[in-house]
Amino acid sequence: MMEPGLYHILFISSALFFTGVFGFLTRRNLVTMLMSIELILNSVCLNFVAFNKYVWPGRLDGVFFTVFIIAIAAAEAAVAIAIIINLYRSHRSIDVEVAEELKG
Amino acid sequence: MMGSTIIFYLLAAMTLGSAVLAVTTRKIFRAAIFLLFSLIGIAGIYFWLHYEFIAAVQIVVYVGGIVVMIIFSIFLTQQSGDLLPSPPQRRTVFSLLAALLGLALVGLQIWKHDFKGDGATAVEPSVMNIGTRMLGTGAEGYALPFEVVSMLLLAAMVGCIVIAMRAAKNETT
Repeated sequence: MMEPGLYHILFISSALFFTGVFGFLTRRNLVTMLMSIELILNSVCLNFVAFNKYVWPGRLDGVFFTVFIIAIAAAEAAVAIAIIINLYRSHRSIDVEVAEELKG
Repeated sequence: MMGSTIIFYLLAAMTLGSAVLAVTTRKIFRAAIFLLFSLIGIAGIYFWLHYEFIAAVQIVVYVGGIVVMIIFSIFLTQQSGDLLPSPPQRRTVFSLLAALLGLALVGLQIWKHDFKGDGATAVEPSVMNIGTRMLGTGAEGYALPFEVVSMLLLAAMVGCIVIAMRAAKNETT
């Protein structure tokens, strides 16, 4: 087995990113689409931390980007779940195919 | 060093396996639990990289906050026991094709590129260093993004309340 380094982590994060993309394209349920978005955001965070560790060890920029991405992801998830529950109240379903009119 | 390598591959397998199961399983509650394991695996990789603060933030915010919120929303919006509809064959094939081609493209670029470190002495990512720089206003300070994020969190909170309020008014009238 090879010693894990930057390339291994980059491979993991790109595989995780495209797993999230696959889920986002196939799913039609809003909660599972939100889960795919969380996977994508996590892969980006992993990328930032790996670059901070192996390429620019003298700075902490990757750590701050990760912390801010996590904070924004929390805000985004809260707003998305509020919208999802609101949609469920008005349409009795959270399938994206059901919500096709703009106002209602 | 051998043990550390084995731990890394175990964490990677846990993260990727749970992620794949989370996007393919047809039971939505299981998808949330697999997502939880995937996020814990990523937190384990942060621990493996010795970024303990980021790992703690990941566990507290993602595992303790977002996944719990997702599970609440599943309870509020899904009937228990019914399966998610499986996507049409055509959509699955094309999504798989898009994901695999994208992965191949990105993997090729990573493989071709030679990442060189800048050779600087490593700054320890301790809580003291992170805290001093996050609230610093100097060349490496992040005080302005910190304030912007706090405004964003406030705006998100107000937005959630407004969205919830409008629905309540619609139900009463």
